[in-house]
Amino acid sequence: MATIVGAVATSHIPAIGNAIAKGRQNDPYWKPFFDGYDAVRKWLDEVRPDVAVVVYNDHGLSFFLDQMPAFAVGAAVEYSNADEGWGLPVSRPYSGYPELSWHVIESLVANEFDVTACQEIVVDHGFTVPMSLLWGSASPVPVRTVPVVVNTVQYPYPTPLRCLKLGRALGRAIESFEPDLRVVIVGTGGLSHQLEGERAGFINKEFDLEFMDRIVHEPEILAGYSTLELVRLVGSQGIEVLNWLVMRGALPGAVTEKHRNYHIPISNTAGATMVLENHEALVSMHLAAS
Amino acid sequence: MPFPDGMVRNLTGIDNRDGIPGTFVFDGRYAVKGYALNKMCFSFNEAANREAYLRDEEDYCDRFHLTGEQRRAVKSRNVLELLKAGGNIYYLAKWAGIFGLTVQQLGAQQRGVSVEEFNQMLVQAGKG
Repeated sequence: MATIVGAVATSHIPAIGNAIAKGRQNDPYWKPFFDGYDAVRKWLDEVRPDVAVVVYNDHGLSFFLDQMPAFAVGAAVEYSNADEGWGLPVSRPYSGYPELSWHVIESLVANEFDVTACQEIVVDHGFTVPMSLLWGSASPVPVRTVPVVVNTVQYPYPTPLRCLKLGRALGRAIESFEPDLRVVIVGTGGLSHQLEGERAGFINKEFDLEFMDRIVHEPEILAGYSTLELVRLVGSQGIEVLNWLVMRGALPGAVTEKHRNYHIPISNTAGATMVLENHEALVSMHLAAS
Repeated sequence: MPFPDGMVRNLTGIDNRDGIPGTFVFDGRYAVKGYALNKMCFSFNEAANREAYLRDEEDYCDRFHLTGEQRRAVKSRNVLELLKAGGNIYYLAKWAGIFGLTVQQLGAQQRGVSVEEFNQMLVQAGKG
């Protein structure tokens, strides 16, 4: 059976993609941010995932306001990136895993999460930037992928509580998949930031730090916020933390924090990453190995 | 208020979507009002469309049936006006990309400060 080894949460700011493309990782501006990923990659080397289930939000590349699913799951053989309009280099394609995608879709719908099944998704920086941070920019990417897309573009967004519950159903779906696979959940976006309005540039360090503490052991407290209260606290784009709640919900075991990094500012955003290990999964892996 | 699954809703916060200072919650009202504008901006994912826009802005706005308010906002290059006209920031970002505007420039314009002051504010947010 498939096993969830843990999760990586990470910001997905477009400027990160540009910095990678231009090799600026050691510039004074970028170094405190990129240094935070050495431990993430080391952990990934240890747990060796076969599959990444990437929870992110589209920013107007694949989805428009004509049809905006609350939750969508990719079910393609391959996912391409494309021109987003403001200069980020187009990245390599990513291998999908249609059998796992359809298993997840069936399991979620059986558990009353009526997700939109997508045979084509053009993945944007919300997906590609985390993939580059975690596995570098070279092809081929050493994991197959399942994109899970959460609407954070058009209000009403799914509630924080709904996102945590979707995550729980997602975790059960993955762990009921027959092949012996190691799966990592990637939750992308955040932390606090706001691009629009007179409050543009809003960053809330105090809440971000509280959020990072609570996502480990008390995600239910975070899920208790109303959507608008969360917008007030993390900014209207920081609401991407909904993806982190889906990610956290998908960890079925006892969770420990292996690593975190937090740095302000990256572009207009509080840049953050965390590694959460799923202990029950590791125990079963060791048992399987012995 | 406890929910059947034992989770607790935080009811201390505001539930008024217009009550968050300096923030546009892009809901159905804006989605309806801004549909033409956002549809035009969505088209800017393609380089050929960005070039067509630069060649003849008014003609391009005609093709997407922008309202008078939206045309004025586009012409003014004023982000707050574009937001009021129903623009969604994710799609507007593609429009801003045509002019090579950074999100710091967009932020500074909306705040009414210089880009330097805006950047300093971001750095300050990381202290303390």
